[in-house]
Amino acid sequence: MSDASINTTTQTGSQIGDAGFGDYFALLKPRVMSLVVFTAFVGLVVAPQGVHPVIAFASILFIAVGGGASGALNMWWDADIDRKMRRTQSRPIPSGRVTEGEAFALGMTLSVFACVFLALTANFMAGFLLAFTIFFYVAIYTMWLKRWTPQNIVIGGAAGAFPPMIGWAVATGGVSIESILMFALTFAWTPPHFWALALFTKGDYANAGVPMLTVTHGRKATRAHILGYTLVLALVAVALGVTSVGGPTYMAIAVVMNAMFIKGAWDVFRRNDDHSDADNHKSERGLFKLSLIYLFAHYGALLIEAGLKPYGFGGWG
Amino acid sequence: MSFKEDHELHKRRFSRNIGLGLVLIGFVALVYGITVVKVGELYQPEQGTEVAE
Repeated sequence: MSDASINTTTQTGSQIGDAGFGDYFALLKPRVMSLVVFTAFVGLVVAPQGVHPVIAFASILFIAVGGGASGALNMWWDADIDRKMRRTQSRPIPSGRVTEGEAFALGMTLSVFACVFLALTANFMAGFLLAFTIFFYVAIYTMWLKRWTPQNIVIGGAAGAFPPMIGWAVATGGVSIESILMFALTFAWTPPHFWALALFTKGDYANAGVPMLTVTHGRKATRAHILGYTLVLALVAVALGVTSVGGPTYMAIAVVMNAMFIKGAWDVFRRNDDHSDADNHKSERGLFKLSLIYLFAHYGALLIEAGLKPYGFGGWG
Repeated sequence: MSFKEDHELHKRRFSRNIGLGLVLIGFVALVYGITVVKVGELYQPEQGTEVAE
């Protein structure tokens, strides 16, 4: 109802170019930014080298701004898709509150700003990784692969997986097995997370012409893919536990969470559409909700390990 | 009716200006903080060297 009223007032065109501050902030995809901030923060905190709190705060902020800038560029390029999908019709560009040119200008300006300032504040490796993340998300995923391959979610997941690696680079100035496995954790988590969502929001992507796996290969294949990626995810999650950032607490949480996630993926795999429609996609919704807790629990466990280390409890001793 | 629309327009512009102003003030404070830390880090090792010498 509120969406309808927004659309009515904005279709007149009177507010184009006169967006409020919140509309520009919405271009930065605040919800995605919160995940970026959290995982980058964990990557920075679990790193072996300490960082001055002001430098850490500023670095996380610049990473968040860079992530937000890529979100604005994504909304600029995907404005045509966003106009067709119910879920995205109230975004600033489709609703007419912000023009496409403004979104592009904001995204480009903030991208350059965030990368340069991260490089100056932390180090050039961190700045480079942030620049590569933005390039990957905007050019490789949004412009090229999203509309071309049903594996778009897999590739797009890589962009979302970089923040803990950047956080680690802020502290260490480099890349290591720990940061690569943190990257791999979010990377392998993304497909089951989004495909579970796609299984119960089926109409939207098809209407927009985005080649989601559910549309191109069918829902049965999607269920199989979810199970496959979940098994890979479990391996990555456990492997991260035996590195220097892992420990008994992390491992205990990882084993429990992955057992639950595999069970959830198995339940989704065994079902067909009739079962799914009959109970309003109960298992699919359940797996999607569990995936949100899953990622938070793993990164939270890494934080606990890092927090216990000064007291002689964290890590493998 | 038109007055109400103008009022909404001005409210939007005002929120934009206030928001941008706060962002700029925050940015100045942030750069100041970073500068203090960086300059502090720059001089710390030299002081240490002087003491050692």
